This record gives sequence, C-alpha cells and structure tokens, in this order.
Amino acid sequence: MLKAENITKKFGSLTVLDGFSHEFAEGSFTAVMGSSGCGKSTLLSVLMGLLAPDSGTVTRGSDRLSAVFQEDRLCENLSVLSNLRLVQSRKKERSGLIPELEAVGLYDCADKPVRELSGGMKRRTALLRALLADYDILFLDEPFKGLDAQTKNTVMSYTRGKTAGKTVILVTHDPEEADFFGGETVMLSRA
Amino acid sequence: MKKKLITAGAVVFWLAVWQIAAMAVGKSLLLGSPVEVVQRLVRLIPEKTFLPSILFSLGRIMLGFARGTLTGVLFAVLAGKLVFFEKLFAPLISAVKAVPVASFTILALIWISSSELSVLITFLITVPVVYSNVFEGIRSFDRRLTEMADIFRVPPMKRFFGIYLSQIMPYFRSAVKLSVGLCWKSGVAAEVIGTPRGSIGQMLYNSKVYLETADLFAWTLVIIVLSIITEKLVLLLIDITAKRIEKL
Repeated sequence: MLKAENITKKFGSLTVLDGFSHEFAEGSFTAVMGSSGCGKSTLLSVLMGLLAPDSGTVTRGSDRLSAVFQEDRLCENLSVLSNLRLVQSRKKERSGLIPELEAVGLYDCADKPVRELSGGMKRRTALLRALLADYDILFLDEPFKGLDAQTKNTVMSYTRGKTAGKTVILVTHDPEEADFFGGETVMLSRA
Repeated sequence: MKKKLITAGAVVFWLAVWQIAAMAVGKSLLLGSPVEVVQRLVRLIPEKTFLPSILFSLGRIMLGFARGTLTGVLFAVLAGKLVFFEKLFAPLISAVKAVPVASFTILALIWISSSELSVLITFLITVPVVYSNVFEGIRSFDRRLTEMADIFRVPPMKRFFGIYLSQIMPYFRSAVKLSVGLCWKSGVAAEVIGTPRGSIGQMLYNSKVYLETADLFAWTLVIIVLSIITEKLVLLLIDITAKRIEKL
C-alpha cells in the first residue's frame, strides 16, 4: 500500500508540490502526467523516500521498491548482465536472463560494459534491471524516453507483461503510454 | 593486423636511425649500434651475475611499488572519507611529488643501507600517483548510485564490490600503469647513485666507469623489457581481479 497525504515540497521559494494526496492501491497501475517542471519526478522521489517532503506524509510500509530513475543510474564499468545481477536478491544464471535480454533487444550486448552502449540501450538496461528486481512497488520515470517507435512498442509490451498485477507508478509526458498500460491517470499541474 | 605492421614499421625505422647514427659516429665507445648491443646482451645473459642482478632489482622495486600502492590506496580512502585527512595529506603529497629522486636518494642513503634504497624510492614515487588517481576516482563517484543501491536494497558486499570498486577500478588501473614505469626509472636511478652490490643499478654504474657503452645499452634494454613485462603482468592481475569482482 502506498499513500501520499498532503505532500508539499519546495525548492527555495519555488513550490513544486502543493498538498498532493493520493492512495495508490495495491496491484494498480497509475500514470502520473503533467507538463514539464510540474513536479512529476519530485513526486516520485518523495514517494520512494529519496526526498523528504516539507510537510505531509508518505505511508509505504516495508514494501520492496524498484525503479527506473530520471537518469539511468547504471554502473558504467559493469556489463549489462552484471548491472542486472547487482540488484537481484538471488543470482540468476546467464541462461535464465537470455530470454529477457532478447525480449528488449539487449542480447548482443549482454557482456559489454554499459559505458559502450547507446543512450537507448542504457535506458533499456535500466528498465530491465528494474523489471527483473524483486519488488512490490515499481516506479518508472519516463522509462521509454530515447527509444525509437518500433523498439518502444516492443519494450512497452514486454513491460506490460512483466508488471501485470503489480503496483506500478509511471511518470510520462505521453498520453499514449498512459493509455497503453490502462489504469488510473493522475494529472499534476504547476503549483 | 595493419596496426601491428605500422608499429613494427616504426620500430624498424628507429632502429635503422640508431644504426645509421652509430655508423656515422663510428666509435662504439660513444654510441654502440643496435647489433653490438644485442651481441653484448647475448653475451651478458649466461653470465653468473645477470639473473641475480635482475632478481635483486626486480624484488626490491616491486616491493616498493606494492607498499606504495597499498599506502596510496589507504591514504586516498581516508582522504575520500574525511576532509581532515585530505587537508593533512595535501602538503605531504605535493612535497613528495616535487622533490627530485636524487635528493630523496642522497638523503635516504644517510638513513638506510643502499640495498634497501630502491624499495624506499619506488615507494615514494608510487604513493602520490596512486593516491591522486584513486582519490580522484573516489571524488568523482556518482552519489546517485548510492541512492539506486538504497532503493534496490543492494547488500553491503555487492554494494562495495559492484558499485564502489567498479567505479574506482579504472582510476586505480591508470595509476598502476603509470607507476610501474616510473618505479623502474626511479628505482634503477636510485641504485645507480647508491650502487648496492648485485643490482642492475650497479651494472649500469660499472658500464659508465669502464666506458662500456654497449653494456649500458644492453642493461637499459633489459630494464625496458622488465618494465614492460611487469606492467603487463600487474595490469593482467588487475583485469582478472576486476572480472572476478564483476561476477561476485
């Protein structure tokens, strides 16, 4: 269960979130939308516990979290496989990860250091890492940015299959992405 | 393949330049030719003193390098953890960097025996290089990766090896790559000044005293080869360790 009550967050004199409240039901999919700078990523950081709100409370219990951050936050010197394994509580064999890598088009670069990958490949690695981790709540901050249309469709379908029945909060600019996953949409506006 | 041919071509070109220069000078006392140097090296190898001299210098230079590497890493970790240590080490590291090897060597000869000289000198050469690089690695560590590890609840061991060490390893690698070559240069230079019995430095010194230019070149060639081999071996060890770390 994830519940935000009357969250306010300011950066200096700029109020980014002003009394935001919402209850994210277990197993629900929620898309958080809004214009640039309206506080979508800030909200995600507050919900994840990375940022403390100036006022208000977040109730999250002891749920295990997983995330695709605004930035990829990958270990650049490690291979794609090692990045995936880093966050897994039980070490999966290479053979067990191959179908997942193939599904998002990363099979050919499984052993490459992340620093050698393109932006889109890094994004897919970050997404796959989040999807393959053990989690109760998944936070996705624009996980499909930088992907071409065809890859995006493939990766979105894969993501939908992997997240069925899980609590997922997706930050996006794109209404089509929100529609694709269904679920509830929360609109944020500039405070 | 093409790259290797170009490299080989460049080596052949400079050997030819050396040979022509030696022929132009016409006195092996002033400049021995590559052929003479190789002939001298072939005669040196079976000599009784050849291998012991190599082992003497190799052992001491590598000991100083290992001690310096450990100390440099330890200092860098402390400085990365606490600003107090960063400020404390800063003047010391700057001083060690700036003082010429010859000054250290002459001073060290007052304190320690000449046989231990190269250990101390290579230690002093290695510490600032390793310290500066590893400290730079620690400073440039992306703190957002710590947040990522917190969110995914990455256990401490995996966090240390997978996140912290993997970030710092390239800085450590380049420090080691630089240090090994410097250690051979400074270590042998120290031996030439201190002339410990049975060292490569003593052999170089003798070649100067007896005006054996071919010997000087032959021993220099030995030092270059040793420097390249030890550098490759140490880097191989680091790369294997890095791979192991990645699999943890």
